[in-house]
Amino acid sequence: MYSNMVTLQVMDTIFYEAQRQGRISFYLTTNGEEAINIASAAALTPDDIIFPQAIGFGKRVTYHGMLPKWLQYREPGVLLWRGFTVQEFANQCFGNGADYGKGRQMPIHYGSKKHNYVTVSSTIATQLPQAVGAAYSLKMDKKDACTVTYFGDGGTSEGDFHAALNFAAVMEAPVVFICRNNGWAISTPTSQQFRSDGIVVKGQAYGIRSIRVDGNDTLAMYSAVHAAREMAIKEHRPILIEALTYRVGHHSTSDDSTKYRPVGEIEQWRMARDPIARYRKWVEMNGWWSDEDESQLRIEARKQVLDAVQVAERVKKPPLAELFTDVYDQPPSNLCEQEKFLRNIVMKHPQDYPTDVPV
Amino acid sequence: MAKSVKELGKQWMISSFSKRGFSTACSTLKSSSSSSSTMEKQSGKSVNLFTAVNQALYIALETDPNAYLFGEDVSFGGVFRCSTGLADQFGSKRVFNTPLCEQGIVGFGIGLAAMGNRAIAEVQFADYIFPAFDQIVNEAAKFRYRSGNQFNCGGLTIRTPYGAVGHGGHYHSQSPESFFCQVPGLKVTFHSASIGALHVEVFILYLQSPAQAKVKVVIPRSPKQEKGLLLASIRDPNPVIFFEPKWLYRLAVEEVPEDDYMFPLSEAEVIRHGSDITLVGWGSQLAVMEQACVDAEKEGISCELIDLKTLIPWDKETVEASVRKTGRLLVSHEAPVTGGFGAEISASIMERCFSRLEAPVARTCGLDTPFPLVFEPFFMPTKNKILDAIKATVNY
Repeated sequence: MYSNMVTLQVMDTIFYEAQRQGRISFYLTTNGEEAINIASAAALTPDDIIFPQAIGFGKRVTYHGMLPKWLQYREPGVLLWRGFTVQEFANQCFGNGADYGKGRQMPIHYGSKKHNYVTVSSTIATQLPQAVGAAYSLKMDKKDACTVTYFGDGGTSEGDFHAALNFAAVMEAPVVFICRNNGWAISTPTSQQFRSDGIVVKGQAYGIRSIRVDGNDTLAMYSAVHAAREMAIKEHRPILIEALTYRVGHHSTSDDSTKYRPVGEIEQWRMARDPIARYRKWVEMNGWWSDEDESQLRIEARKQVLDAVQVAERVKKPPLAELFTDVYDQPPSNLCEQEKFLRNIVMKHPQDYPTDVPV
Repeated sequence: MAKSVKELGKQWMISSFSKRGFSTACSTLKSSSSSSSTMEKQSGKSVNLFTAVNQALYIALETDPNAYLFGEDVSFGGVFRCSTGLADQFGSKRVFNTPLCEQGIVGFGIGLAAMGNRAIAEVQFADYIFPAFDQIVNEAAKFRYRSGNQFNCGGLTIRTPYGAVGHGGHYHSQSPESFFCQVPGLKVTFHSASIGALHVEVFILYLQSPAQAKVKVVIPRSPKQEKGLLLASIRDPNPVIFFEPKWLYRLAVEEVPEDDYMFPLSEAEVIRHGSDITLVGWGSQLAVMEQACVDAEKEGISCELIDLKTLIPWDKETVEASVRKTGRLLVSHEAPVTGGFGAEISASIMERCFSRLEAPVARTCGLDTPFPLVFEPFFMPTKNKILDAIKATVNY
């Protein structure tokens, strides 16, 4: 669990730098929220279906330079835990031909059927009612599995959050809602988001067993998710977990959060309450980890990520035909016509089109 | 001329401040704004598009104590910096962040407007306007009609950035304007601003787009349009959706008059005169079309380019007059071609100018796919696609 947290941190750092160098268009880190990611993943089984969060806690971000970039997902750790490789992450971020999403979505919109991780969209809280429907299916099929869905404190303001909680309670669906309450939705602090005592009371109001956990405490997070899963599946009921944490990073690469919050506050969380440092103390105390292990892990992780980035960068983009597939199960006649028309145009005006997309 | 416009502006300001109901005040404004569109005055500084938006919002808040500005992250300046400094200037009771909930933002705006205020709501991206669809379609658009004009929410303006930006993928690139052009209860094809109408305002881009950066046609125009149209939308006595081309927030720079002025809604503008074919577009697509016109001219084809500006109710007369002259029409927009507003323009012109048309109406638009990240250059209605269509239409 610890090495996954470190790998996630290293990956974040390097992808973040890659975005800053203009090699990928957008990135969003999980800094400070590694415990929620990895510990919750570890407490689940691979059969549990993940409906990840589209947008951080808030969502999109400030436009620096003209670029629309801001996004979401802060659950890459779950994928990492389940065996999604660093190379697979890099392929998605570069939108190359090996990306399962076929280069159609912005960076960090991961998804993997084999890892039971439903592809992310950029919208907020839309995945929550879907997770309830999927959970209902698991219950009807008598599966030993639940769905787990993640969202931020900002997402709880959307109508879909309320619909999902109410449906889950009424349908007795085995779904675990995990809310990352990190205090900020882009620039909006929770005091401007809601006036309730956090999220946990909202779950209770809908008749859902709800618990608040220190999201920076890896072991507490693990225990809570583990217990929630058992309860959800055995008792056919939804559970809500509010994980209190802090977004140490900016909302995304388009954001500079020092414009709206004190640097001292960020540093306090980064230094004193960092979940990785806390968890490391515990594993070291048990004699399972040393400085030597640490430096070896970090060197290896860094090398692995850098290699993956270099490889991903060299892979060609998906072929042009993929622009028209998957809109429907089979392309209808209008798309067939448009593809034919487009191919003629590309042949006629090749200078207008990127050379790394095979035609 | 400039002086008389200023006088009219003053008169309007006085009349609108003295009373809370603004509908009549706005009609006064409309007549004055027609004059202002001919304004020659160029007293302003060179500013970019988001600064022009900021100026318009400042004036809207300054000239009407019952104007409010709100949305996600609006307080610190907005993710596109359009509301920078306004919360400091006008206080957190008039310029404020909302919870993250688009249906809440629009519903709140309707209620605020129904009480006689000007509610300027921001939906952070047009791609995220859909949770508010019910409030817009079933509520805002029918508020006046269903009450027999006892109530209206005409003070509501929804600003939202739309369109491609180079790497926005599915959810930061869409052009959803045509969804709002077919709201039951709206008189889409009539030139009427008075009945429960929902204006869909899309303004001009018309300067260099990144795609054409090497050509560098800097036509100082767009931020000035933005300011005048946004102010007109805010003060219009009907709910307005105002789409802003986010690609141009920083790119478009021109001199913008510092004073309070408006351009009329539902008035298209011929921005390039020609005799062989009429091109109709709006928003950021106009820059691309302008380039196609320039290239077509080199091959001896004279193009007339019209900025439609307002889609509902749209200025059919201006388009019709132009097509009667040229005999040919091409419409271009970023949104997918099927069911796009181009179809409406095409059908209407076909009805009115069938015997005058010398070729089928051409549409050069986005593809019928979701907006794709790495395939964006293929998806877009590019200059050469338009140029090819111009030639095919002229040589039909």
